[in-house]
Amino acid sequence: MSTTGGMFAVLKEKVGQVLVPGDEFCFGAEETISLSESAKPERAVCGPGLRRSGDRLVVMKSGVLRHKPPLTFWIDSQQKRYVATKGETVIGIVTARAGDTFRVDFGGSELASLSYLAFEGATKRNRPNVQVGDLVFAQFLIANKDMEPELVCIDGSGRANGMGAFGAGGLLIKVSLGLVRRLLAPNSDIRLDLEQLFPCELVVGMNGRVWVRASSVQQTLIVANLLQSCDTMTTQQRQQLFRRVQQGAL
Amino acid sequence: MEVSAPSNVSLREFGCEQSLLSRPDGSASFVQGDTSVMAGVYGPAEVKVSKEIYDRATLEVLVQPKVGLPSVRERSQEQCVRETCEEALLLTLHPRSSLTLVLQVLHDDGSLLSCCLNAACMALMDAGLPMSCLFCGVTCAISAYGQIITDPTSAQEKESRALMTFAIDSKERKVMMSSTKGSFSVHELQQCVAVSQRASERIFQFYRDSVRRRYSKSL
Repeated sequence: MSTTGGMFAVLKEKVGQVLVPGDEFCFGAEETISLSESAKPERAVCGPGLRRSGDRLVVMKSGVLRHKPPLTFWIDSQQKRYVATKGETVIGIVTARAGDTFRVDFGGSELASLSYLAFEGATKRNRPNVQVGDLVFAQFLIANKDMEPELVCIDGSGRANGMGAFGAGGLLIKVSLGLVRRLLAPNSDIRLDLEQLFPCELVVGMNGRVWVRASSVQQTLIVANLLQSCDTMTTQQRQQLFRRVQQGAL
Repeated sequence: MEVSAPSNVSLREFGCEQSLLSRPDGSASFVQGDTSVMAGVYGPAEVKVSKEIYDRATLEVLVQPKVGLPSVRERSQEQCVRETCEEALLLTLHPRSSLTLVLQVLHDDGSLLSCCLNAACMALMDAGLPMSCLFCGVTCAISAYGQIITDPTSAQEKESRALMTFAIDSKERKVMMSSTKGSFSVHELQQCVAVSQRASERIFQFYRDSVRRRYSKSL
């Protein structure tokens, strides 16, 4: 008996299509209930932009419906404002020192707190060298609509794992959240195109902030401008532009 | 009560562009004939302590007229738009934050409030704010001879006996907000609601096409 047939077929049909808020999918009671088979109840995972309301699934953001087997669905939307999510890594700006925590601006609706002990190798004696105005790459330990967000620069085992305060140099730019997700996707085509240009360092925060450093200021600026223009280009346009840059036309 | 209304609903040509401004989190411009409104949405952002609501977001709507400072007329439009948006948005998902919607009137040639509502909906959608449904605005004018004109121009508005604007939701085509001026009978009101509901179908289809066009590059 295929239970997937009735329930999620409608949703799977819509994968890759553009949906708008208010679109509904009804998962009513199944017509056939098998008593002999002890089939496991199917569980669908609703990602960003989808919401369960009773026996219906309601779309609450406009965007493209995406699907990942077996039953994970989400809406891929282009937006600019970041909403903190637990476990995501972001680039923050230290705005103040308050006692034994730093206040970090990550582009959300409030400031996050970052304890000075949440750095690799930090102890009560050995404080990290972080000043107001510095950039930090950190991940959310607490991100909840009802609580103050909290950042840490260590993973579960106390290692920095690439996180911490940034060194000198480089340039911080802001791009859309959709572009950030495209950059971070495995085998991202934008990243592959960029790798072929010239060596550069990229730090991508889920909050839409991207830090770039290449061997010269000129190259850093080229990479920054290319990234910012990626949002409004189709794949062909982008590849054409990258080819022109490679030939030294720009 | 059975309401009969003319089957063809005429609306002026409308057009829309989303995310045309770089600074706001969401923006849209909406054009209905010669009436044109630009909308910008900021948020969820930090909120002033005095305006903080502990279990939902604070929505602020500002209507900027083409010339001069906002007055009583703009205040009433702000209230109509704000109450409609509050109904459509899922504000409880962003407690203790602020949402600001700025509507700049670029040109007024009738049906301004409905154009403001349409621009607001497109801008909120562009900002990616969680919404339970979409909404659209439809203006109906009743001429001196009792004829219903949808989406009137300013000249038609001036000649009309009554003027009504409805906000219609996309789920059940229910009336979310109504703003009326002039004298009319109950029957005429019901006819206007029915006409607006029919007109809303076309606007919602246009919304969908316009969003699809916007996401065409990431399909």
